[in-house]
Amino acid sequence: MYYGYSPEQEQFREVLARFLTERAPISAVRAQMASDRGHDPALWRALAEDLGLTGVHLPERCGGQGFGFEELCIAQEELGRALTCAPFFATSVLASGALMELASEAEQDALLPALIAGERLAALAWMEEDGQVAADATTLGATRSGEAATLSGHKHYVIDGLAADLLLVVARDSADGALGLYAVNADSPGLTRRALATIDTTRRLAALEFDGCVARPLGAGRDFAAGFARLMDRATIALAAEMMGGARALLDQAVDYARLRMQFGRPIGAFQAIKHKLADLLLEVEVATAAVRYAAAAVDADDPEVPALASQAKAMAAEAYLKSAIDSIQIHGGIGFTWDHDSHLWFKRAKSSEVLLGDAAWHRERFLALTEAAA
Amino acid sequence: MSDIDIPALRAELRAWLAAHWQVDQGLVAWREKLVESGWGMPHWPREWHGRGLPVACVSALEEEFEAMGAVGVARAGIRLLAAATLLEHGTDAHKQRFLRRILTGEDTWCQLFSEPGSGSDLAGATTRAEFDGTRWVVNGQKLWTTSAHHADWGLLLARTDWDAPKHTGLSFFVIDMHQGGVEVQPLKQMNGHASFNQVFLTDALVPAENQVGNTGDGWKIAMTTLAHERRNADALRRWGQGSGRAGRIYDEERAEIATVMEPYRWYPQRTGRVDLLLPRARATGRIADPALRQDLASVLMLSRASEWLAQRARHAKENGKPEGPEGSLGKLVASHVARAAARVHTAIGGMDAMLAGADGAEQGLVAEILLSVPATSIAGGTDEIQRNIIGERVLDLPREPRTDAGPFRDIPRNPPRGR
Repeated sequence: MYYGYSPEQEQFREVLARFLTERAPISAVRAQMASDRGHDPALWRALAEDLGLTGVHLPERCGGQGFGFEELCIAQEELGRALTCAPFFATSVLASGALMELASEAEQDALLPALIAGERLAALAWMEEDGQVAADATTLGATRSGEAATLSGHKHYVIDGLAADLLLVVARDSADGALGLYAVNADSPGLTRRALATIDTTRRLAALEFDGCVARPLGAGRDFAAGFARLMDRATIALAAEMMGGARALLDQAVDYARLRMQFGRPIGAFQAIKHKLADLLLEVEVATAAVRYAAAAVDADDPEVPALASQAKAMAAEAYLKSAIDSIQIHGGIGFTWDHDSHLWFKRAKSSEVLLGDAAWHRERFLALTEAAA
Repeated sequence: MSDIDIPALRAELRAWLAAHWQVDQGLVAWREKLVESGWGMPHWPREWHGRGLPVACVSALEEEFEAMGAVGVARAGIRLLAAATLLEHGTDAHKQRFLRRILTGEDTWCQLFSEPGSGSDLAGATTRAEFDGTRWVVNGQKLWTTSAHHADWGLLLARTDWDAPKHTGLSFFVIDMHQGGVEVQPLKQMNGHASFNQVFLTDALVPAENQVGNTGDGWKIAMTTLAHERRNADALRRWGQGSGRAGRIYDEERAEIATVMEPYRWYPQRTGRVDLLLPRARATGRIADPALRQDLASVLMLSRASEWLAQRARHAKENGKPEGPEGSLGKLVASHVARAAARVHTAIGGMDAMLAGADGAEQGLVAEILLSVPATSIAGGTDEIQRNIIGERVLDLPREPRTDAGPFRDIPRNPPRGR
């Protein structure tokens, strides 16, 4: 069974939370939302160098900290709570995770250290315009010639695709149709990148066009399908953890406001209409958090149920985060609908997280199919 | 705790059991031995049928009982709540008179707290007890009284001062249920079972010596009783499974359990029986319906996650951490699970959801689920009360202004309920 955090994990969480409160308060989030780059390189360096966050779950031989997946999820939860604008999910969860699951050890040794050191940013490009989560839908073609390959086609919804120095691209071998992971430098000729306009400007998306781009095939001899499935399950749980951090921030803000906001001669939190709404919200957030933390611990325990647990975590996190965002704005009343009030920043992240890596309905269906198969 | 040698205690109990336990003896005779030795309630004080051991020893000693197959003291129903209340607030005369027969199972108890007019607001009780110079005369009506129909004694909460504020005008009594002024009627529920009773008190008498605590202390004492209720519920669940072993004493224990557990036969159904959803959806072929699959997945997820939440709460408590919000959320989440499960059971059943008994799905079990689930969000504190508790004690939101201060006499209340 998986229980709460150990004292060491709790301490790690507190250190990170304090760091983010000081270095990346909501005013900094607003500044980065409006910036071209979308994140603060100085903050990223500090996260990498001072806290070692970029390699918290990655092997020590590559410069990582060698902790478990639970620690990665603690980091995600805190970054989600603070709504930190940083390429952590793209570089440290998706791209580094892809290298761990799909690349050879030598390729990991060659590529991971710069990512962990905070010197380079990376993005995983696998979805195309149809937005399918599964790699099977890939149409982008790779033409092999000896050790290299050229890529032609489109990728869409690439998280931090514009900021990345290194692109890890899922492509289909035009000779045998096999799926594989390919490394492309961002400055490669034939690569065109375009920022997509997004609701949530704390999470940047890009569309990529490859026109005969030179790429390096990765992971010879590794089982792509199994590795990619593991990668997606882990990324899904990590995203759910980030979402629960955000949901908790919204809940806390709504509770604080309900204690202070006076109407009809009393704090609005004294009215059952508000009190009960908040009690229900706490329930939803706590239950979803239990599901997400259970799933995170299950990854470290190599639990065969991880695929179903990942879907459960994401489906519950999606509902809980969106409810937190809607209810928090509702409890704040008119001020909650204004640009200057912060609730909408989390609302937008909740929206973008709701559909990213599969929406709740998709995950419920997947959960049930996996549960049926196991029963 | 550190100076308690558990292995030595276990060995001592094992030796005692080896010398005294035998299958071919009467239940009461055996329990007399448990009471005299103190092994039946090892954490009770030495002078009151215990051995004065810390509560933490109890589970180890219970294991010795289980290993030997030895029957324990009577635990069913309200009796241990009564015992705990009397141990804490009773006089030596109360303890002398009642505790022993509680443990041997000779006396059965019930709890006369709730009333038709005071449910969530338990302190609003209007059953009155008036002292006539030698004894208390009680008039009023109690409700939701489990086991009242075969109880020998009742724990009674009654109003003794109508000019005092609500919580301080109550007093606590032990009432003899075998008297003309006490009339017990079963209360039939919407699911057809009658697990509870209503108790009419008409000039019922309580001798002065059967008052517990001082006049006006009733609410405080009732809180002691209720605080033991949850722990007792856990113990009861274990005990209620009984034993499949053969022998006179086991037969007597099984008969005792059957009598006490009869009102609870439908209890599993009020949880919504999530365990039956997937098998039923498959058996009926309804599992192919995409809309049903969504709802089914939701309830399975909620049920699993709420179990993990409860585990975290238990784990934190066992490790001496302050209980987090998980504990107080358990009751509310159980209501959500039960309701969601009932909805899916209905969807799986389709037209069959209209049928009951032998014509209904699973020989009427599904109908019983549908008609029992509404109890979950009411019994033991309604969902609305749970939300108040969560809002005020967990989220630290301000309380609502009170409108029930001042003399109880002046507080608006429900009209008396007829028969």
